[in-house]
Amino acid sequence: MLNRKRKIVKNTVYQVFMGLFISSFIGCEVDETQTVTTLTNVVLSEEFDTDGAPNPDVWGFDIGRGPNGDGWGNQELQYYTDRPTNVAIENGNLKITVRQESFQGVGYTSARLLTKNRFEQAYGRFEARIQLPTGQGIWPAFWMLGADIDENPWPGAGEIDIMEYRGQNPTILVGSVHGPGYSAGNAISKEYELRNDRFDTGYHIFGIEWSPVAINFYVDDVLYNQITPEDVTGEWVFNKPFFLLMNVAVGGNFVGPPNSETRFPQTMLVDYVRVFN
Amino acid sequence: MMKNNRYINTRNTLFSAIVLTLLLGCERNFSEDVAFATFPPNGDVFIDTFSAGLDYFPFVDGGADPEAFSVDTQEFFAGNASMRFDVPPFGVGFVGATFNTTVKRDLSGFDALTFYAKASQAADINEIGFGIEGETGNKFQVTTQNLQISTQWEKYTIPIPDPSKLFNQTGLFWLAEGAENEFDEGGYTLWFDEIKFEKTGTLGQPRPAILNGADVQQPGFVNIGQSLTGLTQTVNLESGENITVIAAPSYFDFSSSNNGVAQVNELGNISVTGLGQTTITASLANNPAEGSLELNVESAFEFAPTPPSRAPEDVISVFSDAYANVAVDYFNGFFTPDGQTTQGGSPPLDFNGDRIINYTQLNFVGIGTFLNVAPINASAMTTLHIDIKVNEAIDPGDFIRIQLLNSVGNGETSGSVTLAASDLRQDEWVSFDIPLADFTGLGDRSQIGLLFFVSDSTISDIFVDNIYYYR
Repeated sequence: MLNRKRKIVKNTVYQVFMGLFISSFIGCEVDETQTVTTLTNVVLSEEFDTDGAPNPDVWGFDIGRGPNGDGWGNQELQYYTDRPTNVAIENGNLKITVRQESFQGVGYTSARLLTKNRFEQAYGRFEARIQLPTGQGIWPAFWMLGADIDENPWPGAGEIDIMEYRGQNPTILVGSVHGPGYSAGNAISKEYELRNDRFDTGYHIFGIEWSPVAINFYVDDVLYNQITPEDVTGEWVFNKPFFLLMNVAVGGNFVGPPNSETRFPQTMLVDYVRVFN
Repeated sequence: MMKNNRYINTRNTLFSAIVLTLLLGCERNFSEDVAFATFPPNGDVFIDTFSAGLDYFPFVDGGADPEAFSVDTQEFFAGNASMRFDVPPFGVGFVGATFNTTVKRDLSGFDALTFYAKASQAADINEIGFGIEGETGNKFQVTTQNLQISTQWEKYTIPIPDPSKLFNQTGLFWLAEGAENEFDEGGYTLWFDEIKFEKTGTLGQPRPAILNGADVQQPGFVNIGQSLTGLTQTVNLESGENITVIAAPSYFDFSSSNNGVAQVNELGNISVTGLGQTTITASLANNPAEGSLELNVESAFEFAPTPPSRAPEDVISVFSDAYANVAVDYFNGFFTPDGQTTQGGSPPLDFNGDRIINYTQLNFVGIGTFLNVAPINASAMTTLHIDIKVNEAIDPGDFIRIQLLNSVGNGETSGSVTLAASDLRQDEWVSFDIPLADFTGLGDRSQIGLLFFVSDSTISDIFVDNIYYYR
């Protein structure tokens, strides 16, 4: 499984073009596929097979509502905890559970895990297999921040959003990079719409393969975006170690608040997190 | 058949040999002829024309206009034709039809009925769905109510609650839309195109419900059946919106926590067979349904005493199962603007053909016989009979006043008789035979148009039966 290579059909226009090209010229073997991933040497393999708390050698927690108490700069509505009711390993999954409850003055609790000061790496392949939660106002993410963020505040440190998703758009994944001059609403970003399937009814693999010259974004066996230094409207800061984060937020600028049809609790099931180089 | 018996495969032969050895040769195998019939998995309903075997069945008996439907080659979303319905103005019939196939279809590989629709003005379709099949009693009917249609072509999705049930279907599409009152939209046109069953793969988060998701507790009575209502399936669409459809009972699996008390069949009908308590729950495609019904069965149902047989000329019956009843306007006039709170009576409860009026939230309520029916001429009668059972505790000041009105709104006279708390019994039928002469002030009783029950909210829940005048 770890050594598999995934191939994709790039896009229809490209195929048509290739088709024309090949038939016009020499008609050699048609190979309009592209390698999704190339790196196969495992350097981190969090399989979440032992019930209980996540491995403290790899995962720490952000607690509360952010350094300014403002919902992590996004007007998010949840309070992050490390309680087992919000984060636990069970039945082979890491479960991050959003609960609607009165806690520390807010109405929701959830969890945010990060590998800061525990696992940090520049370049490589970073992926997770996840079944996402659902509903208006639910905002899960699997993402990375530059490890120098304490000295080099956001957005200078850089951010790679391997997976962001709005619970009210159950078929749409968002992959982005943020950096100096291209953050928040100006992030370099692309949506990928799943066809004939949803992200909240089964597991999907969300990953990037990151090299000095590009970050490739993929979901399952589909490479859907490549961001290179030429694509960003500012300094390319993806040339140093980053750490991983996983969380489920509620409300905030990206998704808007939950509504009466949002069901609680909501759970993000993470089957594994793997890093390769 | 003889020939096929020779083609038993090796494994079966070995197995047969063992069984034969052990069971002295009384074993039988399925003939190889045994194979379940399958039907074509064709999901198309109307793409540019009627799909194979499809036919149009307007609800003519219900008053639908059969001319309202046509195939329109001027207006379409894709291809070269659409289905067109001209919804008539209020009072001139309605659009109502089902489109069924002569050859059954296997729809089990799909998850939704989808179509594009637009209207000549913003509208909402009263009811639309699939599964109208007279031959099965609409066993797998699905209905969406008040589907909003805009003036632009848009795609609509009606989920199949459980596709695995739909392997031999004929009812592919149905709708009913009309102006329900003079202010409702009418006199406009609806178009549908690309109507088909498809496997979208993008439906999720199913939330079936019974009793509209409520946990209901109520008394039950031995041999008095009940049926489950409020059966729905809610599904999240690709757009993130939830859609709720009314799902026929046969999509659900029902269970009773105590089968000695009650059982539920596949039509959602509950048979109460023993004393005790049971909770009825359901699931749909293995998803537990929200809502439950807890039945507390403490006794067999007590009916009112059966009235004695009388010569027809000696009785004028308003409400009984023993005599021929006169026509009434209503058993509850719902005089809400006058402060009436009373519910019930519209229609009466029906216990396997034995009808009983159950008034709840009673303050006052009238049985009318003056609007569209002949008033009651009780001149020759001497006595009014009523059976009443009070379904609650009775306090000393409680009462039920019976009031009769003659010649309603036209030289009206009335008289009343009050039944005091001491005359009534909690949870027991009491028969009252009240001399009509006691209705002081009534005078003439040749045109009785209203019979009131008045409690001023002192008593709120009563059963009433056997209302008749006699001599």
